[in-house]
Amino acid sequence: MSLRAVSKHFDDVVAVDSVDLDIGDGEFFALLGPSGCGKTTTLRMIAGLEIPSAGSLKIFGSEVGPLPPNRRPVNTVFQNYALFPHMSVADNVGFGLRMSKTPKADVARRVSEAISLVRMGGMENRRPAQLSGGQQQRVALARALVNRPKVLLLDEPLAALDLKLRQEMQFELKQLQREVGITFVFVTHDQEEALALSDRIGVMDSGRLLQVGTPEEIYDAPVDRFVADFIGRSNFLAGTLEAHDRVCLANGDRVTVPSVADGVVSVGDAVQVSLRPERVMIDRAGAAPEGHASLEGEVATVTFLGNSIVYRVALDWMTIEVETDHRPDLDRHEVGDRVAMWWRDDAIAVVRP
Amino acid sequence: MSGRSIAPTTRWLLRSNSALVIAFLYAPIILLAVYSFSGSRIPGEWGGFTTEWYARLFDDSRIQKTIGVSVRVALVSTVIATVLGTMSALALERFKFRGRRVFDALLYLPIIIPDVTMAVMMLMFFTQAFDLVDLLFGLGLSKGFATIVVSHVAFNIAFVSVVVRARIAGMDATLEQAAADLYANRWQAFRYVTLPLIAPGVLGGALLAITLSLDDVVVTQFVAGPGSTTLPVYVFSLIRKGVTPTINAVSVIMLLASLTLVAGSVALQRAQAVRGRTNSE
Repeated sequence: MSLRAVSKHFDDVVAVDSVDLDIGDGEFFALLGPSGCGKTTTLRMIAGLEIPSAGSLKIFGSEVGPLPPNRRPVNTVFQNYALFPHMSVADNVGFGLRMSKTPKADVARRVSEAISLVRMGGMENRRPAQLSGGQQQRVALARALVNRPKVLLLDEPLAALDLKLRQEMQFELKQLQREVGITFVFVTHDQEEALALSDRIGVMDSGRLLQVGTPEEIYDAPVDRFVADFIGRSNFLAGTLEAHDRVCLANGDRVTVPSVADGVVSVGDAVQVSLRPERVMIDRAGAAPEGHASLEGEVATVTFLGNSIVYRVALDWMTIEVETDHRPDLDRHEVGDRVAMWWRDDAIAVVRP
Repeated sequence: MSGRSIAPTTRWLLRSNSALVIAFLYAPIILLAVYSFSGSRIPGEWGGFTTEWYARLFDDSRIQKTIGVSVRVALVSTVIATVLGTMSALALERFKFRGRRVFDALLYLPIIIPDVTMAVMMLMFFTQAFDLVDLLFGLGLSKGFATIVVSHVAFNIAFVSVVVRARIAGMDATLEQAAADLYANRWQAFRYVTLPLIAPGVLGGALLAITLSLDDVVVTQFVAGPGSTTLPVYVFSLIRKGVTPTINAVSVIMLLASLTLVAGSVALQRAQAVRGRTNSE
């Protein structure tokens, strides 16, 4: 599936701004972003529920942009599941097959296959209102998968479930995707869900697709401040890119950074350095090993979180958050202590401010 | 209120109030029914039990004819008004189009304006329209069955639309999107998803329309032609000649018909509600 310069305007509002995206066959792809970032609109355009204002949308090489939803090889699992309340589970699952005029015998067989695939055997005659949230979710999955779509779209599929059920369904969803082997595209605002489930993630904000990559790439090498901030926590040190692998920080220190990819920022630009709290080492002032960029400051607060301790260290130009393991072999620092902080050169990322 | 003790005076006042309200509402109906079995010609005088008036009613070909007209008008106008009312409700709830707000406001007009105004409007409309048709095609049309049906459709669309809209508003629009996503075209999505879900509203609207059509006197009287009088209009004309117990008998039968329709619609809604409850358990 490929999107080229796809945009969607609602009157004057730009919901999706020139998105380019390729999703491979059999991939589990997450569109991640805060509410209102355009991720759901993008999904709805793939489903055919919105028609793109501009751009091209291809599925397996054929243009589907202006096609109505009933003529696309995709099926959707809606956020509220949208099960037909007046039909039994079996009738819900068989709806798509009946609409596409599948022979009756095939309908019955494929419906029962789909129902057992999502482990809902024995519930065929129940109405949706008689099912729990997790069961409704499974029926919605079966109703979409029974049509053997080329792409399955999921709109915040787990948002309506409570935490425990959500974790269970995450696992099941992943399993299911491996079993059926079709492309899953799902929309979520939950970064952990996206990291845990997907092969690749596309991060969106204000209608723009900021970065696409594997969960590790997105976490370790964000290219945009928004991406680094939205996924996990991060410190942002302002500076200027002096060379493709060197940044001059706002306090005048020079730090070595991993080579910046072309097109993200260029030499001479104002940039920010993203520094994950758990990647920062901390020790007594003056104890920083040679050969590392280091900063010194005074501990402002100490927060104990059980398995870890979060220090907020005040420098004279900013505050840095450091997260360390809570282990007996590590010194504990107290409020007011002078400390040194350092990091490996590859532990940071240069991002667009 | 329950559980809190009420002062005896208050209790007494409340009870008398209820008694009075019920008496006001139902005493005339009971009197009407009782005197329809009275043997005396003079209304209000008991002349022994008889079913003569009912028998006379069923012999009266004039009354039977008007009943026939009433029923046909009610059925035809209800079917047309239900289809058009449901369509306009769908248009207003599901689509955005130019002039939507104006259409919305205009649709409510027949509910608000007085019957007499509606009646005069319809009468003038038909007079002008018939003149125009006569001028253009040389066809001499006259008022009758068709004009009554058109007038009843005109005011019933509004009522059907209001009832159906309430039902559509309570329905999740993503269900229709889900149907489209599952390869249903517009018509199939309506036929298999929207219509079954709004059916109670459509049926409720239809029952309301049939009741209003059967009851209408004012509008019908203006647009009826010779030979096509409905039952209520005929009864009204009989009263001018003096009240006879036959009118009582006719009224009782109309009352029973209305009660049956209302009871039917209530039973239907209750069945729907019960099914909804068992579903959610």
